[in-house]
This record gives sequence, C-alpha cells and structure tokens, in this order.
Amino acid sequence: MILIKCPYCGERDQSEFANGGEAHVVRPKNPESLSDKDWGEYVFYRNNPKGIFYERWVHSHGCKKWFNVVRNTSTDQILKVYKVNEKRPDLTEFENTLKSPSGEPSVGSGNFAVKK
Amino acid sequence: MKKKYSIASIVKNSLSNNENWGKMWRNPNPKKHYDVIIVGGGGHGLGTAYYLAKHHGIKNIAVIEKGWLGSGNTGRNTTIIRSNYLWDESAYLYDHAVKLWENLSEDLNYNMMFSQRGVLNLAHNEHDIKEIKRRVSANRLNGLDTKWLDKKEVKDLVPIMNTDNLRYPVLGAAYQPRGGVARHDAVAWGYAMRADELGVDIIQNCEVKGIRTDNYKVEGVETTKGFIKSKKIGVVASGHTSVLAATAGVRLPLQSRPLQALVSEPIKPIINTVVMSNAVHAYVSQSDKGELVIGAGTDGYNSFTQRGGYDVIEETVRAIVELYPIFGKMKMLRQWGGIVDICPDASPIISKCDVEGLYFNCGWGTGGFKATPGSANVFAHTIAKDEPHKINAPFALSRFSDGRLIDEHGAAAVAH
Repeated sequence: MILIKCPYCGERDQSEFANGGEAHVVRPKNPESLSDKDWGEYVFYRNNPKGIFYERWVHSHGCKKWFNVVRNTSTDQILKVYKVNEKRPDLTEFENTLKSPSGEPSVGSGNFAVKK
Repeated sequence: MKKKYSIASIVKNSLSNNENWGKMWRNPNPKKHYDVIIVGGGGHGLGTAYYLAKHHGIKNIAVIEKGWLGSGNTGRNTTIIRSNYLWDESAYLYDHAVKLWENLSEDLNYNMMFSQRGVLNLAHNEHDIKEIKRRVSANRLNGLDTKWLDKKEVKDLVPIMNTDNLRYPVLGAAYQPRGGVARHDAVAWGYAMRADELGVDIIQNCEVKGIRTDNYKVEGVETTKGFIKSKKIGVVASGHTSVLAATAGVRLPLQSRPLQALVSEPIKPIINTVVMSNAVHAYVSQSDKGELVIGAGTDGYNSFTQRGGYDVIEETVRAIVELYPIFGKMKMLRQWGGIVDICPDASPIISKCDVEGLYFNCGWGTGGFKATPGSANVFAHTIAKDEPHKINAPFALSRFSDGRLIDEHGAAAVAH
C-alpha cells in the first residue's frame, strides 16, 4: 500500500488515485515522416525500469488533477511529487540503490525493503 | 540415470524410510561455454531446455536461475489451465499447450496432478452475455470444447453460487470442460528433472547481470558466477524480461506489475470446478489440499515489489463473498504477489529480435502458466531453427509496428 502526497490535497491512500503510466512521453513532432516502426515505438513502447521511474498519477477520487511522481519501482518508495508544469527532476537527484538488474539479494523476493 | 516413478518405487523407498530417493537434478558449476543459454528457471524456461534437448538434439544447454527453480511466477500463479481465447492465433497457441498438458505426466513420468475439472467464465450483464457467446462461437469454430451454460446449468455445476441475490446477478457462463488446474511446482520440477537427465545444466542461485552483445550479435551473459559464452540466449524472465533486455540494448513493449493471489484455510471439498468472473473481478478454485485458491487483479501501477496493495485484495474478496456467501466467515492463510510482464494487446511475445541469437519469450502477463508446455515447445523450435514455429509466428515483436495485434483483453479475463 502506498501513500501518495497529492500536490493539491495532501497525503492520501493510493486507492484514491489512478496511474497514468510513464511521464514526459512526447508526441512526435514530425508525424508525416515517421516510419511504422517509429509509430509503434511511440504508441506501444514505454520505459519499464526497475528503479527510478517518472510517472503520471491522477487524483481520480479527489481533486481529479494530474501530477507527476518519481518513484523507485523496486521498493515503491516515492522520491518526489511535482506538478505537470514543473521541470522534470534530474535523475542524478536520486540515489539509485540498485546494485544488480534485479536489485535484490541473491535469494529472496522483492520484499527486502519491508524486511529490513 | 533415468529415475522412474512407479508404485514399485514408492513401496521400495518406503521400506528405507524414504531416505534414498536421491537428488532430482545435479547442481553443476557453469561451464565456460554453452550452445544455448536459457535465462529463467521457471516452467517456461525449463520446458524450453527440455524440448531443445529432446526434440532438437541440442545437449549443451544451461538454464540460469537467480533464485531456486520455480521461485518466480511458476510458483505464484493460481494454476488455472484453459484455452478459450478469442482469436485463431491464440486458440492454436493455448490449445497446443492444453494438448501437451493432457500427456505431460506420462511424457515426463512425473505427476502434474493435472485435473480437467472445467473452467467457467461468468456473465453478469447483457454485454457479458454477448461478448462471451461470441467467444464461445469463435472457440467452437477453432475446434475447442467451450459451450454456453444458462443460469440453471451454472447453478447445477456450482450449487453454492449465489446467482440472483447480488448486485450483478449471474446470467450464464462459458464452460470449457477440458480446462482445469495442475500442480505448478511439479511443472518446474518435472521439466528440470528430465532436462537434467538429457544433459542440461541447471544453475540455480546465479543471477544474470547482463547480456553481452557485439555489433548486434550476442556473445554471452554476465552472471554472479562469471561470464558464460553462448551464441544463442533465450530470455524467459517474466517481470524482469525488460530489465534484462535493456542490458542488451533491446526495448520491449512490456510493463511490469504485481499480480496477487491468496489461499484460504483448507476445507472439505466444496467447489469442483474453476470459476472466473471478469465483471466482478474474482476467480476461485479449490486445491487438492482443500484451500480455496483465489486470484486478484493486477495492481494499477508498475512495480517490482512482490506484494501488491490491499485494496486489490479487498475488491477481490468482496466479490468472492458476494458470489459465495458461504465463504463469508473463512480465513485467508497466505497472500503473495508475482511480477507479471504485460503486453499492450494482452498476448505474449515469442520472438527473435534485432540482436542475432537473442530470443524472447515474454509478455505472458497474467496468464502464462496455462501455456507453459506449449510456449516452451514452440520457443525451443524458435531457438533451434532460428525461425518461429507456425504457431508462434504471429506472436512476433514485429506486430507492434505492422499493427497485427492479437487483442485478448477479453479472454485474458480478470487480471487485465
């Protein structure tokens, strides 16, 4: 269970929000010259990192406003919440605690953030 | 040496207090070089190694697993098997698997506890009825045994179901009698044991840290036990596939999400089929131990934590209690989550990619277990021949640029 701090309403349970997938995806500026492959990339391909992830949320059972979140997907820890008109925070602001692709102890599940 | 299980072997071993069964597979150190490396020691990966060794004559194979065998989604699913998918491509793929399931215990001489107890997909409103009847008709055109049951027939099959006195009454259901459940650990262990006998090295507790490539050709994998060379690498790592793909510079249209399941305390036999409902988001079956096995939907955001949120369980359990008021006082024993890799069209990717010698079997999302033998079988073919089997040809990565998607959001049921 995640608590998300809506920049307009304050901290609420995640079940009040809906996730809008990766943030900062830009619609291609030159649609007429795009190949099928490029279109496929834009429509279907999204980053799916284990670690730092920029994503969009909407407070659908609250103020209904969209905002962006930086979250570590390996621990569900929210690192930063910012409004859509704010600048994308730089990746170097956050410490990526992952040491291997899976970012986990050699044996065990992804619950290590809870276990410690 | 080939281990045979039979009544005679059970009697013989019981005389020595069951202490002399022996190890089911070796625990070798990795060699420097393999002809094929499979990354991921779940059912799909071990099955792929088994079929590569058995049908394609490739013996120098390693399966590399980060934890223990079946510690990922193979051991975390709700073990449901069915093939009632809408489109022709999916029906062929999933029914290929069901046909293999039917003989798998004999093929591997290992009891899969495959129980064809039938699978029901409930309809709760007019739209459900239309959608499900359309799917039943499509299934029948593809030779599947799905049929439409009206409310009375559903009630006869599952007498404990509350069909009328609930917010979304049960109006009917699709029923596939050949569907059912199997024991998920047995799939990993059975394939592992027989693959090991054919010379496959199963390397556990060894994490693949990256895939090394040179000029769009694979060279091998970096692991916690050093670099291992191979010209062919098959990645079958479910939720972590996109993470591994990224180390080879490959992007996949996958999103990883937690999918939860839970089991109740064991009770006497009360439900002898599998019941799924898309509309109210719940599915349930009863294991041979007597526990109710309940599946929830995916959490609504990307995550690699194998736990998930309570709101998802709450929604599922609420629907279960409304459908089966008799379960209202039951206690749930365990809850867990697995990380599933979801594709935009809810169909898998079994495909080559731009990097020579790199193959992916991923995107099974919330429903990969049912397909394990079929997926492994066609993936082995793809790796051995460097071209897809005709069953998995439509499931290529190229469908996300040429537009031939196989949209199975309806048939993928609850979890999407």
